Amino acid sequence: MAKEELIWPDASKGTPPKMEAGPPREEKKSAYQGRMHLLQKEMIGRYYERLTAAAEGKGDKAVYMMISGNPVELIQAFDLLPVYPEVNALQLAVKKQCLPYILQAEEMGYSIDNCAYVKADVGMYFGGRKTPFATIPKPDFILCNYVGCNVYLQWFEHLAEYSGAPIYNLDIPFSRTASGAPTAEDLRYVVKQLEEVIEICERMTGKKLDYAKLQRIVALSGETGELWSEIKKLTRRRPAPFDAYFDSVTMMAPLYCLRGTEDGLLFFQEAYREMKEKADQGEGPLPEEKFRFVIEGPPPWPYLRTFRDMFSRWGAVAVASTYSTVGGLWEFGFRHDPQRPLESIAEHMLTWNLTNRNFLQRYQQIKEYMEAWDADALVIHSVKSCRLFSAGQGDMREYFTKDLGIPTLLIESDIEDPRYFAEAQLRNRVDAFFESLEHKKLLAQQKGRGGNHP
Amino acid sequence: MSAPAIQETGSLAALLDFCREVTQDTEFGEAKRWLEKHPGRKAFGCFPIYTPLELIHAAGMLPVGVFGGGNQIEIAHADSRFQSFVCSIVKSTLELGLTRRLEFLSGMVFHSICDPARNLASVFQRNFPEMQIEYIHFPQNFQSPECVVYLESEYRRVLHGLEQLAGHQVTAEDLNHSIALHNRIRAALRDLYRIRAESPHLLSAAETWLLMRVGTLSAPEEHLQLLEQALTEIPRRATRPKDRIRVILEGSFCEQPPLGLIECLEEAGCYILHDDFLQGGRWFTGDVPLEDNPLRALAESYANRSVYSGVKHDLRERKAEHLIRSMRETKADAVIFLAAKFCEPALFDYALYRRAFDQNNIPHLLVEFEEKAWMHDRARSEVETFVESLLFD
Repeated sequence: MAKEELIWPDASKGTPPKMEAGPPREEKKSAYQGRMHLLQKEMIGRYYERLTAAAEGKGDKAVYMMISGNPVELIQAFDLLPVYPEVNALQLAVKKQCLPYILQAEEMGYSIDNCAYVKADVGMYFGGRKTPFATIPKPDFILCNYVGCNVYLQWFEHLAEYSGAPIYNLDIPFSRTASGAPTAEDLRYVVKQLEEVIEICERMTGKKLDYAKLQRIVALSGETGELWSEIKKLTRRRPAPFDAYFDSVTMMAPLYCLRGTEDGLLFFQEAYREMKEKADQGEGPLPEEKFRFVIEGPPPWPYLRTFRDMFSRWGAVAVASTYSTVGGLWEFGFRHDPQRPLESIAEHMLTWNLTNRNFLQRYQQIKEYMEAWDADALVIHSVKSCRLFSAGQGDMREYFTKDLGIPTLLIESDIEDPRYFAEAQLRNRVDAFFESLEHKKLLAQQKGRGGNHP
Repeated sequence: MSAPAIQETGSLAALLDFCREVTQDTEFGEAKRWLEKHPGRKAFGCFPIYTPLELIHAAGMLPVGVFGGGNQIEIAHADSRFQSFVCSIVKSTLELGLTRRLEFLSGMVFHSICDPARNLASVFQRNFPEMQIEYIHFPQNFQSPECVVYLESEYRRVLHGLEQLAGHQVTAEDLNHSIALHNRIRAALRDLYRIRAESPHLLSAAETWLLMRVGTLSAPEEHLQLLEQALTEIPRRATRPKDRIRVILEGSFCEQPPLGLIECLEEAGCYILHDDFLQGGRWFTGDVPLEDNPLRALAESYANRSVYSGVKHDLRERKAEHLIRSMRETKADAVIFLAAKFCEPALFDYALYRRAFDQNNIPHLLVEFEEKAWMHDRARSEVETFVESLLFD
C-alpha cells in the first residue's frame, strides 16, 4: 500500500464508469456560503484560539465535556473553557487528518470495532494534541455528562487515566418510563449532582458561583434555543431555505461551543435573519427542490461533500435530521429557563436531547418530521462507530416501510473512519433509491391526471 | 428430568449432565415446567448482566436468564434488524423472540449496560407488545452519595411495575425472604469460585459455568439445593493436579463463550482460577444485609459491595486494579482476555488493561469469540502457543 493511501484511502477507487441513466450531472457546488457561514468561521476560529491559548498555559482552565445535553451554562458561569473531544474528533475527520490517529490508537490496543471518534481523539492526545485547527489543551477537569451514550463513560475514563485529571461522572438516567418523561426522582438526582459539580468548580476556580450570572447565561441559552427552533421550522417551507442536515452542521458548532455566550446569541440572530430572508424569497440550497427527505444518523465527516453531492444531484434536500438534535430538541418546545436554571439544565440533559431518549422515541420524532416537515422519504445513514444511533436501525426501517409505507433507504458507512466509506456502493444505492422515487412520483402524477385510463 | 431426581443419584457427573441438558435447551423446558407446576404464576426474562432477581422472585415470579441463543440457534430473522457490526447476543436474543421461543415470558428486563442492549429493549417493546418491558438505568456516579438514593427509587419504580403484573403488593418481608435466599445462592457460588482458585484440579471453569447457568433457567430454591449438593461432592473428587499455567480470565461478562471454547482453553493447558462469566448471579462480594428497607439495602450493596464489572464505571479505583489484585490473591501467572466480538465495553477495557499489564509485566493474551461458534481450533492454537511460551520460557 502506498503511503498516501495509508493516510487517506481513495473512496472513489473502483468506481464503475458513470451510468447514463439518472439526473443531469450538473456538479454544482451545493454547499451554502453566506454571511452565516463567514460568521461561523470567525467565531469558531476565536473559540479555537482560546483552546490553543489554554494549551500554551496562557488561557482558561479546560473542562472536557460531551456534546449531548450538557451543562455548559455552569461551566460558562465559572469562566471555564469547555472542550469537546467529539468536536475535535469530527474536525480531524473533516480535515482528513484522523486516520493516522485511528491507526495509532489501534496499535495501542483499541479494537477495529471500537468507536473511531474515541480512537482519533486518543491518537491525537498521544500524538501531541496539535491539529490544523488548534492545539488541544489537556483537561483540568473531566466532566463526563453521561447522556445516553455508554461510550462516553469509556472515553472519559480512558482520558482520565491518560491525563491524571480529576473526573466526575454526571449520571443522567435514561428515558425509560411509559410516558417518556423523567421521574421526579430522576430530576432530583440530576439537580443534586449539578450542585456537586458547582462545588467542584468552586474549588477549581476559588470563587463562589455567581447565581445572577448563571441566570443571565441560562437566559442567553434560552434565547439561542428559541432562534434555533425558529430556524429549524423554516425548512417546513417549500423550498426549504437550507439543508437541515448538511447546513445544520454549520450551525451546530456555535450551538455547542458558544451556547450561553453573547457571541452564540449574535450568531443565531444573524443566522435566523438570513435564513428567514431566503425562505421569504423562495430560495433554497439547490436550483430546484425535487425531493424532500428526512435523514437519520450522523454524517460521514471524512467525506461530507461527496456524500452531500450524492443527494444534491437528485435535487434532494434534507428538511429535517435527527443528528441536529443530539445536543437538544428545541424545535419540540424546550427552552432553558433563567427562573429555574439548575432544573432546566437538568431537564435539558434528561429529556430534551436525542441521545438520552429511547429508540422508539426516535421513531416518533422521525414520524413527526415526516408529517410536519412534509417529506417524501427517509434516509437512514447507519454508522458503525456510533451504536447508540445505529444498533437496530434495521428494525427502524421495518417500521417505516412496513408499518407506515414510507420509502426508506438504509445505507452504511462511518462517522469518522474513512475506511468504511465505499463511495461507488453508496452512490449506487442512493441513485437506485431516488430513481425509484422519481418513478413513483411520475406514476402518481399520471394517476392524478387520469393518465392511466385509456 | 428434574433436580430432586439428581439428588437420588447423588453423583456430581449426573448433576453436571442435568445442568448440561437444561442449559442447552433453547426451548426453556425447565422454566416452562415450573410454570406448569405453579398455575397462575408468571415468568420474567432477564437480559445480562445484573438484575436484582429478588424483585421478581418476591413478586412471586420466576426470573429467567435470557442470555442469547449460544450456538444452539440459527439467526435467520434478527440480522435484518441489527447490523453486522452488532454483537451476537443482541441478535440471538431477538431471534429467540422472533421465533416465538419467549412467549412463555410475561416480560423482559433490560439494563443500561451498552448502546445495543439499550436499543434492543426498544426493539423488544415494539415487536412484542404483549410483553412488559422494564428497563433499569443503573447509576454510574459512584462518587456521589446520591447514587444510592437514586437506585433505591429506581428499584421502587421497577418493583411497582412488577407488582402490577403480579396483581399484588410486595412487602419488605417478601423482599427480605428473597434476599436471604439469593444470599445463600451467591454464597454457594462464591464457594465454588473459592474452590476453583484454591484447587483448580477439583473443578473446571466449564463445570462452574454449568452449575451457575442452570440457576438462571430454573427456580432459585432448586438451584440452591443443587449447588449445596455439588459443594458436598466436589471435595471428594479424586482428580490430580496437572502441569498447567494459572490464569485469570476476563471480558466475558455479557455474551457467554460457547462451553466448548471454555473447555478448549482449559485443555490447551490453563487452569482458569477466576473469570467473569455470568457475573450477575454472584454480583456481591458479601451478603446483602436484611434491613427494614430492603430496596435500600440492595441499592447500597450495588454501590458499595459489588464485584468489578466492565459495565460499571466505578471511578473510585483505576481500571486494572481489580485484575492485578486478583492475580496477586490467586498467584496467577497470566491473564486471558476473552472478549465477545463487537462487545464495545470489553474491547474498550482491553486497551486500558493492556497498558496496565505491560506496565506491570503481566503476560496476557487477547482472544475474541462469538457465542455461535462451534469450532475453536484457532483459539486453541493461540492459547497453546501462549501456554508454551510461559511454561518453557
